[in-house]
Amino acid sequence: MPNAESRPEILYDQFLESTLASVDASEEIAKSAAERAGFDEEETYHIGYAVREAVVNAVVHGNLYSANKRVRLRIERTGGVLQVTVEDQGQGFEEAAQADPLARENLLSQSGRGLLIMRAFMDEVEIGRTSEGGTRLVMRKALPGA
Amino acid sequence: MSLKLTTRQVGDVTIVDAAGRITLGEGSSAFRDTIKELVNKGHKKILVNLGDVTYIDSSGIGELVSGYTTVSNAGGQLKLLNLTKRVHDLLQITKLYTVFEVFDDEAKALASF
Repeated sequence: MPNAESRPEILYDQFLESTLASVDASEEIAKSAAERAGFDEEETYHIGYAVREAVVNAVVHGNLYSANKRVRLRIERTGGVLQVTVEDQGQGFEEAAQADPLARENLLSQSGRGLLIMRAFMDEVEIGRTSEGGTRLVMRKALPGA
Repeated sequence: MSLKLTTRQVGDVTIVDAAGRITLGEGSSAFRDTIKELVNKGHKKILVNLGDVTYIDSSGIGELVSGYTTVSNAGGQLKLLNLTKRVHDLLQITKLYTVFEVFDDEAKALASF
């Protein structure tokens, strides 16, 4: 019989419209979940920030603001971590094709820093594909005291 | 809180006092429009006071960089004043500390132009 620690506890799992309002909402949802999971104010800010950036990418670059496409946001407590999954219905994302935002020649680029900051604020960030070909981004942060 | 921008002139330096959030959407476009308007009016010494900015997302960071480039391309200088710890940390993560001149003291910032 699995122990309680191994069973995921779903804190949030909804489909959001591809709008800036969803971006704002996702940050608040993530901060609320992080607070409930016991993170302190600074870590809660980091989690909210990372989720906001992930949902911006899903809304803007994945779903292209399409009214017909949704962003799935799932937040769970599982195996000693807070795990956030953001899925879009776009064409997928190739991280290797992205310019390095820290390269000298890219420092003055207007965009391309979101993933860098997500990685700085979370313990793990993985990028993959959904079964429909969209982007699935999974972020994890160890729970306080884990 | 959305972004509030006010400008004041001290000698030949224009100080932009920003308060609130610089994020994708209204906040970042308001900042962009303000800097472009100042440059179009011939202002070439711009000091952006971020002391009351509570949050900047990556889009907002992009607007700071874009503002820096816009002013530089016009032969001017854009510098930053009064970063909060969170904004300071973001500039460290993104290595933009190597791009921007940053000050904690307004008088010293003004004297640097």
